[in-house]
Amino acid sequence: MSPAQRRIARGAALGLVGAGILVPVAAGLWQTTLTAFGMVPGLSQTGPSLRPWRELVALPGALESLRLSLVTGLSATLLALILSLGLVAALTTARRMRLARQMLAPILAAPHAATAIGLAFLIAPSGWIARLLSPWATGWQVPPDIATVHDRAGLALILGLLVKEVPFLALMALGALSQVPARQQIASARALGMARAEAWARVVLPQVYARIRLPVFVTLAFSLSVVDMAIILGPSTPPTLAVAVTRWLQAPDVMRMMPGAAGALAQLGVMLLAMLIWVTGERALAAVGRALARRGARRSGTGFGLRVAGGLAVLLTVLGLLALMVLALWSVTWRWSFPNALPQQWSLRLWRDGAEGLASTAGATLEIALAATLVALILAIGWLQAEGPRARRLSTLLLLPLLIPQVSFLFGLDIAFLRTGLPEGWVAVVWGHVLYVLPYVMIVLAGPWRAFDRRLEATAAALGAGPVRRLIAVRLPVLLGPLTAAAAVGVAVSVAQYLPTLFLGAGRVATLTTEAVTLSSGPDRRIAAIYALMQAALPWLGFALALGLPALAFRNRRGLRGGVE
Amino acid sequence: MPPFRPLALALAALATALTLRPAMASNWTDTLAAARGQTVYWNAWGGDTRTNAFIRWVGTQTEKRFGVKVVQVKLADTADAVARVVAEKAAGKTQGGSVDLIWINGPNFLSMKRQGLLYGPFVKSLPNAKYVDLSPGAPATTDFTVPVDGFESPWRLARFVFTYDSARVPNPPRTMAALLEWAKAHPGRFTHPDPSNFMGASFLKQALIDLAPDPAALTVPPTEASFRKETAPLWAWYDALRPNLWHRGRSFPANQSVQDRMLADGEVDIAMSFDPASAAAGIADGLMPPSIRVFVPKGGSLGNVSFVAIPFNAAHKAGAEVVANFLLSPQAQAHQQNIDVLGSYSVLDPSQLDKRQRALFAALPTAPALPTRADLGKTLPEPYPSWMTRLTAAWKARYVK
Repeated sequence: MSPAQRRIARGAALGLVGAGILVPVAAGLWQTTLTAFGMVPGLSQTGPSLRPWRELVALPGALESLRLSLVTGLSATLLALILSLGLVAALTTARRMRLARQMLAPILAAPHAATAIGLAFLIAPSGWIARLLSPWATGWQVPPDIATVHDRAGLALILGLLVKEVPFLALMALGALSQVPARQQIASARALGMARAEAWARVVLPQVYARIRLPVFVTLAFSLSVVDMAIILGPSTPPTLAVAVTRWLQAPDVMRMMPGAAGALAQLGVMLLAMLIWVTGERALAAVGRALARRGARRSGTGFGLRVAGGLAVLLTVLGLLALMVLALWSVTWRWSFPNALPQQWSLRLWRDGAEGLASTAGATLEIALAATLVALILAIGWLQAEGPRARRLSTLLLLPLLIPQVSFLFGLDIAFLRTGLPEGWVAVVWGHVLYVLPYVMIVLAGPWRAFDRRLEATAAALGAGPVRRLIAVRLPVLLGPLTAAAAVGVAVSVAQYLPTLFLGAGRVATLTTEAVTLSSGPDRRIAAIYALMQAALPWLGFALALGLPALAFRNRRGLRGGVE
Repeated sequence: MPPFRPLALALAALATALTLRPAMASNWTDTLAAARGQTVYWNAWGGDTRTNAFIRWVGTQTEKRFGVKVVQVKLADTADAVARVVAEKAAGKTQGGSVDLIWINGPNFLSMKRQGLLYGPFVKSLPNAKYVDLSPGAPATTDFTVPVDGFESPWRLARFVFTYDSARVPNPPRTMAALLEWAKAHPGRFTHPDPSNFMGASFLKQALIDLAPDPAALTVPPTEASFRKETAPLWAWYDALRPNLWHRGRSFPANQSVQDRMLADGEVDIAMSFDPASAAAGIADGLMPPSIRVFVPKGGSLGNVSFVAIPFNAAHKAGAEVVANFLLSPQAQAHQQNIDVLGSYSVLDPSQLDKRQRALFAALPTAPALPTRADLGKTLPEPYPSWMTRLTAAWKARYVK
């Protein structure tokens, strides 16, 4: 291949990957916009008109939903950031670090819906915590009449988001921390008279934050627009905007679609507004920090604040682990009434009776997850193989789906599918999942891929191996660890997807996630627990394999085992 | 449960039919022949696992006996199936439609009947319709006061009942006035599902019937004046009740399932259901503590019949008729009434059954939480459908900010 041909091939590869991600996002947003302005020929609506917007404002609770989304999303992100930084600041020894990773991993891998279902069983007035403490400590013979789940302020939703986002941000921050010469800098700061925690807060923290800004924005976008967790834990009358929009878009009355689409665009507006608020806050905080530094202040209380945050983060982690444990407990319960600390009657009957349905749903979930992960891996490898320095900067664009609220474009994407005659269903769902799997696969894979020791390939080339053989026989095997890790993350991300499955599957594709969310408001907590547990088990299995496979393959290759986290 | 003797019974039924109504029998033979090999897409609310299992059982029976398969299309809301038929009609699809049979009731039936979306009348042509009391004014002849006119076939009885935990409520309040007093004495221990949900709206209707000055006014569409007059005592009562509800009446469980879970958890002491067997079924399934019981308001309670209807454009009408007919057979009704299966009371008229058929019902198992038919008292007719719509809207306007 001549250099020119190679350039064209590279350009084509990059273009294909980019188009696969960006075209659906753009097409989805475009169709949502058309619908939001009443341009729906199929319903003999020609528009453009502002009627959908007027209808949106007139829908009961619409403005309250908007306010709720903004408040819960911003507070969850801010708290998650503070708590995760507090946690990371507290990980001063290697032992603590290892323990933290072990405790955070199962929570990080468990999908939001499963965690939310477990958490609801835990914190409800009749939940496990109340059962463990009643009646001996609380005096409650019957559960108290307080709203700890579905509360109107959305506190339970914020808690649920924290349980999931603190581990995410903490692991991101740990990664960032390894790029900062923290030890030396803290030593210098202490020499200047700062306490240890204070030094961490004032010197290390700003550098770590600068490196995790993108994950923070991903968290913000996610928290503002999450649907499954908000259904399970969030307020119900009215719900958050994303839930309300999802309901309107799914209403049997198709005319609701138009105010629904307007709401979907409003969700995008909420996201932009929240980012604006966030960036303004960053600026203000930075100004205050600089002023303090200039005054030479040694004490600002941030050190103490970080310690409190670290303590809360540990508490939150325990809560997350308990939430997953209570799922396991309910799944083998026959009868368990308040205030017994443990079930009165145990049984495996529901596992047995539901085995058939469970197996087929789990199978369908796994098929979609494997397909989406395989496609995403191929796309990621194609991109990474083709990228030069310029494309490397462009690769941030692949993260775009993570920054745009799902409701804002997935509904439009579904319409785009219908308009172009592409079938809804399995293929569409897989593609929808790839949009979310690829960014995470890129995050995991890009670092090790770019850090690959090129001398190995040079040696292979010198021995006469062509580009394909160099990729297959040298690079991929050496990167087996990061590849399996990326695949495990991909499966975990796919298994957790709710809205893409719901919208693009036209209601006909059932996965563990859609079933678990539906069952969470059904009469039988035990079946809901079984589905949620299975939903969490698939990613766990994935990560176990991701750890086990390279260890097995490289059992005689000590030098290659390092790449496995 | 006694073993079925399908062939003998079918022959017996056929023989009776042949001697009594030869013309119809030949029509029915045609229907049976046309139905053989068809697959009936039965669109039915899928939120109840026991009902789903019963529908599966019906499918195995009709396949074995008549070569008709049944596939349940599990609906989240019956209105979805109605919307589909509307959409098919709008698209000019007048035959080969995707919905063969719908489990339907009240407002959805009224809407389909008005728009000419139903096939029929077909009920009288079903051989097993002879077991049902279809005389004028009988429960199976009207659906929420709307005349059925043979466009839907009954299959199970629904009755409004309260469920309660007898361990905490020794003497349940059996009038709406008593319920208010009880709630005042036990604040936070009672609630009802959100009235935008069917069960919540039914609670308001039950209270309306109990409290309305002139219940007869409820059988005709409400006017501005009659609505104001009949609902005035209801709102006065509810204003007094609301502050004593769970969460001080500021939020409500989304549906009956959620409230059932609250009853089981002890978050409330009284819940409600449209299925008198729900307490016994919940106990048998481990979902409810053994102390849950059922009570019916003194003056009787709302009752309605659940029906199945066939859309005008159904692809498998003959198969759908065979399924509707099978649902009315004493065997199917007795199986359905079995508390281990569904526990729904039979829609058949016991006086139309012979001794052996009555024995099928007499042999059914009982459970402590299962009320007898006598316990259930009088069945009050449903108000005209638009009462419910207006009641829900008025409730929202008054209590949701």
